[in-house]
Amino acid sequence: MLYRETGQYKTSYAADSVIFPIRQDRIGVMIVLAIAFVFMPLMMAFKIPPFRNDYILLAILLPFLILSLAAIGANILIGYCGQISLGSGAFMAIGAYMAYKFGTGISEIGLPPLPIVVSILLGGFSAAFVGILFGLPSLRIKGLYLAVATLAAQFFFDWVFLRVKWFTNYAPSGSVSAPELKFFGYLVSTPIEKYLVALIFVTIFALIAKNLVRGNIGRQWMAIRDMDIAAELMGIRPLVAKLTAFAVSSFIIGVAGALWAFLRLGTWEPLAFDINRSLELLFMVIIGGLGSILGSFLGAAFILILPILLIVVPAEIGLPITTETVSHLQFIIFGAMICFLLIKEPLGFARLWQIGKEKLRMWPFPY
Amino acid sequence: MTLKTVGLALAALGGAAMFAPAMAQNEQYVPILSYRTGPYAVNGAPYADGVSDYYNLVNLRDGGINGVKLQIEECETGYATDKGVECYERMKGKGPTGASFFNPLSTGITFALTDKTLQDKIPIITMGYGRADSKNGAVFAYNFPLLGTYWSAADIAMQHIAKELGGEGNLKGKKIALVFHDSPYGKEPIPTLEVLAKKNGFTFIPIPVTHPGVEQKSQWLRIRQERPDYVLLWGWGVMNGTSINEAASVAYPRDKIIGVWWSGAEPDVAPAGAQATGYKALMLQHGAGEFGVHGAIKQHVPNRLGKENFGQVLYNRGVVNAMLGVEAIRTAQKRFGNKPLTGEQIRWGLENLDLSAARLKELGFEGMMRPVKISCGDHEGARDGRVQQWDGKKWNIISDWYTARQDVTEPLVKDISAKYAAEKKITPRDCSKAD
Repeated sequence: MLYRETGQYKTSYAADSVIFPIRQDRIGVMIVLAIAFVFMPLMMAFKIPPFRNDYILLAILLPFLILSLAAIGANILIGYCGQISLGSGAFMAIGAYMAYKFGTGISEIGLPPLPIVVSILLGGFSAAFVGILFGLPSLRIKGLYLAVATLAAQFFFDWVFLRVKWFTNYAPSGSVSAPELKFFGYLVSTPIEKYLVALIFVTIFALIAKNLVRGNIGRQWMAIRDMDIAAELMGIRPLVAKLTAFAVSSFIIGVAGALWAFLRLGTWEPLAFDINRSLELLFMVIIGGLGSILGSFLGAAFILILPILLIVVPAEIGLPITTETVSHLQFIIFGAMICFLLIKEPLGFARLWQIGKEKLRMWPFPY
Repeated sequence: MTLKTVGLALAALGGAAMFAPAMAQNEQYVPILSYRTGPYAVNGAPYADGVSDYYNLVNLRDGGINGVKLQIEECETGYATDKGVECYERMKGKGPTGASFFNPLSTGITFALTDKTLQDKIPIITMGYGRADSKNGAVFAYNFPLLGTYWSAADIAMQHIAKELGGEGNLKGKKIALVFHDSPYGKEPIPTLEVLAKKNGFTFIPIPVTHPGVEQKSQWLRIRQERPDYVLLWGWGVMNGTSINEAASVAYPRDKIIGVWWSGAEPDVAPAGAQATGYKALMLQHGAGEFGVHGAIKQHVPNRLGKENFGQVLYNRGVVNAMLGVEAIRTAQKRFGNKPLTGEQIRWGLENLDLSAARLKELGFEGMMRPVKISCGDHEGARDGRVQQWDGKKWNIISDWYTARQDVTEPLVKDISAKYAAEKKITPRDCSKAD
């Protein structure tokens, strides 16, 4: 009932090829965007609970948005093109460090400090370039072997950013600090501003990604994922398809890495982008749903927010457990929930959402 | 899985999160960032116990600071920077006046919080760790690397080596290796050691160890090839024990290894057993043992957390650290009144902290530490240390007090803090006018 598309006639090609073909989806997306862009900042500005302080904004929404963006990037490669990658953390690091280098200027080649948006995008392009390089082996090796090759990228770049002092502008501690966050002459410093900047980036890239995956190139990726030999026989060139997937995925992950470093951490070291970050992104994609943009958001929310809730809730309701026990319990419950979820719904949250939509179509008169 | 279960679970979690208990108004909120899990838990736990026990002592024995009770909350960071930042965001606004100060016990988290605390006006106390250049309070108004920075530590270690060799002149031509945790923490002492290498004419060999430091075969193989005269160890957590074991397996004499004060506690040497005998480490003023304050904790805190680690090096460091924070609040109360204070007011208290020998005796810290006085230009306050040696069962103090030479570290502090100020567009305060 709520979700019936009956009566929505498409009378032109343009109407048939919009991003969200069903009216309810369009309205839903509009509402979500309105909440994210208008309602949340207003709540925050007037400090309406639960926004008593900037905790929710800075420690939950901001990392959620940025990690969602990274998960979208990872999903393009893993979920849409079927190339398992364990190097996502490395691409985030490349995005972060190269954006830092461009943002502070590269004196060796006489490059002055570039504007922040340009730096972030160039960080993304650097990651895309490296992504293509590390994507080359994917033309020969597949599956778990490719995962191991991308793992090499992870360890290589961990090493590079620790050892090559050029990347950290020769900071004695090896820890670098984001340049001044001036977006088009406007200095971003308050939590609301940071949130909005991240939101704008995520909205734009999510829309681009959504459009890419339903178009020509996205269909090529999916064909390669489903059966590469069949795809090749149909005239899809694996070289182009696989390398574009690596490039687009690394670009988005690189931008997310730059945002993570600039907006979230402010000061960072290579440990912020270690192997755990790669695994975290992989889990987000798997739990959220392989081959789904919405799934990337749901997966990011689950992996990021649930552990925080598991820590905060016992403390807030005043359960007398020690910090140590709470953090051990967190690991146990979180692990158990992942197992439970994957047994009950191996296709992730995106599938759950789809089931929900199908049910709503019939509701309240299911047969 | 049915949608209903998902919905119910979400609703339950969300509902519980909304529910927040009422807060007392006359309490000073004191957050503790700790780590009792992960590869650094062996060192994080005794420290956190010490901090917690001292705060409880103040509450139970004195009823708080001049009647203002401490409201304590612990947050587990696991030594991870992003978790630490999350804890910080969660805790900074709690209590009637917000968090008093933060004490991350991680150089990585300190680096990440330095900009944020400046904006939120909350002091960050990094006793014996953190950014060494934050000694310069003119630039780093909210950072307090109390009692010693890594640059001071490096200088004290080199002074001790010079003394063992029979004079500074004998350092010429020697080889000194630094085995360090490859993170901001481990890299901090390098500038000082480079300056000293140039000054005294010894060869300095930095040897990094990747986090968490359980794999050090190649590093110690290199030490066997290079045969340095001394090895400085800048490790933490499981890395320390591994280093000592590896030193034993390449037969590097343990009494030629000098650890920083974060590599000189019981959990660092105990796992290595007899192989650790002879190993030396710096002391951040205090060592192990029980002093006046320990008696008070035993008497007044029935449920103290420190049990088998009571009186150990890191437990004591937690106690000293908590005491400095409490005394800073007390100092600030003298000016702003006996009520819950904001981070900005406590910053003033920290900057004007002055603990005389008599006051330390009163607090039960006699014999544990020397007097300390903080000022705008000197957020470190004191830079004294001694050297202790592990005899297989306990730590023995083997040296007299050393004081880090200002002429070695001060140019570096000026130089690197000025760079930071320029990068962050901070105008340094005029310390002669600071109140």
